[in-house]
Amino acid sequence: MSRRPLVADVALLAFLVLYAVPFLWQLLTSFKPESELLRVPPLLPRALTLAHYEVVFAQSSVPRALVNSLGVGVLTTALACALGVPAAYAMATLRVPGARALMLGIVASTAFPQIATVSPLYLVMRALGLRDTWAAVVLADASFALPFVIWLMTRFMREIPRALSEAAALDGAGRLRTLLAVHLPLTAPGLASVALLTFLFAWNEFLFAFTFTATEASRTVPVALALFPGVFEVPWGDIAAASILASIPPVLIVVGLQRWLVRGLLAGALTE
Amino acid sequence: MTRREREERRAAVAFVAPAVVTLAALTVGPALWVFWLSLRERLPVFGVDRFAGVAHYAFLATDPRFWSAVRVTLVFTLTSVALELALGLALALAMRGQRVGRRAALALLLLAWALPGVVTAKLFEWLYHPAAGLVNVVLRSQVNWLGDPSLALPALVLADVWRTMPFVALFCYARLLTIPAAVYEAAAVDGAGRTAAFRYVTLPLLAPVLIVTLLFRTLDALRAFDLMFVLTGGGPAGLTETLTVYAYRSLFQTLRFGFGSAIGVVVFVLVMIVAAAYLAVLRRREAAA
Repeated sequence: MSRRPLVADVALLAFLVLYAVPFLWQLLTSFKPESELLRVPPLLPRALTLAHYEVVFAQSSVPRALVNSLGVGVLTTALACALGVPAAYAMATLRVPGARALMLGIVASTAFPQIATVSPLYLVMRALGLRDTWAAVVLADASFALPFVIWLMTRFMREIPRALSEAAALDGAGRLRTLLAVHLPLTAPGLASVALLTFLFAWNEFLFAFTFTATEASRTVPVALALFPGVFEVPWGDIAAASILASIPPVLIVVGLQRWLVRGLLAGALTE
Repeated sequence: MTRREREERRAAVAFVAPAVVTLAALTVGPALWVFWLSLRERLPVFGVDRFAGVAHYAFLATDPRFWSAVRVTLVFTLTSVALELALGLALALAMRGQRVGRRAALALLLLAWALPGVVTAKLFEWLYHPAAGLVNVVLRSQVNWLGDPSLALPALVLADVWRTMPFVALFCYARLLTIPAAVYEAAAVDGAGRTAAFRYVTLPLLAPVLIVTLLFRTLDALRAFDLMFVLTGGGPAGLTETLTVYAYRSLFQTLRFGFGSAIGVVVFVLVMIVAAAYLAVLRRREAAA
């Protein structure tokens, strides 16, 4: 095929900037003075202000929600990896009794709709007295995070040559040691991608977080944003600022950790 | 069974057990329990908990709100997935062969996909604002997009396409990059023009990825919740109420756990039908590879 002209690349980038306009418009809105919010055109404000961010930080539950989301995201990822990586190691290298049925169950449970499992989980959380705690959200999120980790990590670990495990065994390494010294280092990039995606899913999750939280003590950012209060009218500028704050991890991930994100995403369906 | 095999088996069980027990408690258990719940009349606030048989399903069969939700769910899923696939494929084709600013292109593309659904809902609520929304400003109109019965569902679909099309584009793009240029050179030698090359080379090679993406996206669209719950709340007049929103309302607003679970079961069954098709395709591909 002929090499395409530079102008085609520029046109494509321009289109993609336009595609991001819903987000960029919200970004601009978050810095617009209150008095100019509902007066468009002009599209661009005469001055920029941090007033909306000041309101969000001083008067809303969003700062606390950011902490909750960070805690829930990190703990969900840690839990899913701590339980999922050993399971994936066994699925990939050992003869697990009922392995086929188990794998089918794991893959199927990544497809379970949250709306179907939310009512039983609610009764469980209530019975355990976990409502309105991080633990409730972390456990509920683990229901989709854990099967996801096992599924992808099994795929990554299957690619490690059997000879390496055998060599480790000859050197007297037990299975746990083989996992830690051979499989974990060799699948580290894959694990990083999986962990990144798990964190992102937990950060973005709404249904479980909305159901199992009740107060500022455990509400995550999406919940705080959905419930963002307005007294007499909708505080569009403050909501914009809160939206931008809720978007910080996703933006950092697509910009700074893009390679890992793409690797994890593609591993789900493209391994042939 | 040799001693070695017994040892391996024990080790395997030990490695798998914590995850299996957790999954049993958090996914498989609830998935079975919800079927049982759907057969009960359960109103937690009033302490009511008795067997109801298939009463909830019998009610749903003649419930106009339920059938409206079924229709909205299917229309949302079909239009949203069709648009995502068409646009995602087109964009992937445009991105192939790009030499300058690839990282920036991917970042701009994936941003929409990576945002929380609630943020997307807020972005579009503001874009659709009747007076000051960017959409109305650009179109020089004063339309109440989310309040108009004939526009609310298309407006919702558009927001969903915006956030999920990048996923389709990324998958197609990644597959396109793996098609060697030699294949096209061979096609050109055989006299294939651009259209013929697309029809007989690109499309067949993309087909497996498209099918997997189609099923994956269908699954996700059927169980989508956050975007519609926050953007339209099912309104106006229930015209954008999907099965998931109806189920959620029944569960946590009218607090009818048995009834709400019955709607949840319907979503579950719909999703599992698509998931079964998805697994069958994956397995066929693994067998072929």
